[in-house]
Amino acid sequence: MSIDATPANAHPSLHTRSANAAKRKRKDRMMTGLLIFCVTLVLIPIALILYQVVQRGIGAMSWEFLSKVQPFAQRREGGGYLNGLFGTLYLLVIAVTVAVPLGIATATFIVEYKDSKLSPVIRFFTDVMSGVPSIFIGLYIYALLVQGRIGFSIGFSTLAGGLALSLLMLPIVARASEEVLRLVPDDLRNAAFGLGARRWQVVTKTVLPAASSGLITGSMLAVGRAAGETAPLLLTALGAFVVTPALVNAPQSALPLLIYNEARGPFDAAHARAWAGALELMLLVLILTIVARAVNRNHDMEQ
Amino acid sequence: MHDEQSTTRDTERGEMMTGETATARSAQPSARPTARLDAAVPGSATALEPAADVVMATRGMEVYYRDFRAIDPMDIDFSARQITALIGPSGCGKSTALRSLNRMNDLITGARVIGSVTYHGEDIYDNGIDPVEIRRRIGMVFQKPNPFPKSIFDNIAFGPRIAGFKGNMAELVEESLLKAALWDEVKDKLNESAFALSGGQQQRLCIARAIATSPDVLLMDEPCSALDPIATLRIEELMMELKENYSIIIVTHNMQQAARVSDMTAFFNVALNDRGQRTGHLVEFSPTDQLFTSPREKATEDYITGRFG
Repeated sequence: MSIDATPANAHPSLHTRSANAAKRKRKDRMMTGLLIFCVTLVLIPIALILYQVVQRGIGAMSWEFLSKVQPFAQRREGGGYLNGLFGTLYLLVIAVTVAVPLGIATATFIVEYKDSKLSPVIRFFTDVMSGVPSIFIGLYIYALLVQGRIGFSIGFSTLAGGLALSLLMLPIVARASEEVLRLVPDDLRNAAFGLGARRWQVVTKTVLPAASSGLITGSMLAVGRAAGETAPLLLTALGAFVVTPALVNAPQSALPLLIYNEARGPFDAAHARAWAGALELMLLVLILTIVARAVNRNHDMEQ
Repeated sequence: MHDEQSTTRDTERGEMMTGETATARSAQPSARPTARLDAAVPGSATALEPAADVVMATRGMEVYYRDFRAIDPMDIDFSARQITALIGPSGCGKSTALRSLNRMNDLITGARVIGSVTYHGEDIYDNGIDPVEIRRRIGMVFQKPNPFPKSIFDNIAFGPRIAGFKGNMAELVEESLLKAALWDEVKDKLNESAFALSGGQQQRLCIARAIATSPDVLLMDEPCSALDPIATLRIEELMMELKENYSIIIVTHNMQQAARVSDMTAFFNVALNDRGQRTGHLVEFSPTDQLFTSPREKATEDYITGRFG
């Protein structure tokens, strides 16, 4: 061994590992391997879902599917989910219009007005709300607006469905926004306060713009969740065979409702449409997310 | 009890003060301190004349965080168009004292200020005084450069815009950047993000941003602690230029910096009080050259010679 031959004060070669270095390196590799294994494990179901939806949906996906409404009889081939696509977009517009401003406002109150006694109370109820089963939300809107417990009824309708979805989205938007707003450094708030800004100016001119990309991502998460929800719509939007522009007193269709109805029937033609519908829904959420990101990127550049 | 304490300290200070500062000291703007001062400096008939060269003054100012006393009662006069440095070891309350001068402490839950803090003779903690108005006139520059994630132009325009400024914004931005000695470096990239600037430039941008709301006092909380020596030097040069028009109060950990730039220096120290809490107090407030060459207090001498802190 050449090490023994070197003088005592000589510099040991960098190639020799001292003490437990080798053991630590092995442990490090093991942990890395374990983490990669876990990530793969999580990715497998996602990959399988994507594969299934694309593989089964692509067959029935066509221009006809995108541009026609479903046939009245499920056993018939052809037709499409235009009624469902229109309905889903319509419902989402209502849900986003209601839930995103309210959710961000809630988060703003919880984070920026944390000295208020109401703040923890509101936070608690947001938590509780996110645990409410979605069918309860449907039931609640059904009793309140469809049956008309508030004194007037809007019937099974787009508005009822949209409001049900917005109730579902509200806690998700609020919690996601809350996390994002907490990440905005206090330096920015101090800078604005130091320049004589009032609290609402600090919030609207510095905190919200600084957090905008995170707020959009959080909102899109909620949109994705709402787009796929079926339960709250069963008792509120109900479903329709035609494209329905009416806001109230006319049942509305939605992609998940159509998938639910056609997938549980016995007909192959209906199953094919349901798979294509699933693919359509997936792409819709994907496109909405990409658009939101792109809009946000342009916005960032303007700043 | 604390009145007695303050008065004692006033007397001590009165003896030590010399020349210009002593005059400034004896002419008290607000009523309560004047009364106390008359007792301390008997027969000063001119005491009721408001002194033009005291811009801010504290009398018996204590700061509490809930029931913890962060600073013992302190009396300081800040002279107009001078640089006053607050020095002392960590935790001695100098930043707390600074933040109390433009009511930034209001933003901390549980923070309370007792005693009086006057600005041109008006108590800034009086009922009915809007802290937002205070902060517009008493600007603040923070330890870490904190530009907004906006363009250089929008950073400077922020203060005037929220205050509803209607004049020529481009002119105001240029003027503010000129005063902060940053104009030449950024005039061609006003629309670029402020984050593209170096740390020292960002800090000068923050100074320009503070100037844009036309304050007459600038509070600086360790403005150079995140900067390299060259950027620090530029900020110090800038402070020397700014003091022709502004009164500057600076907290610094760097004694050399205090010695280089300031006219007056206040030394704070920290001590355990009877409840076992670490409370800061003002030890000595003197002209800078005097404080660094012949300090009055043993604690000051120990600190500036590096024996503790």
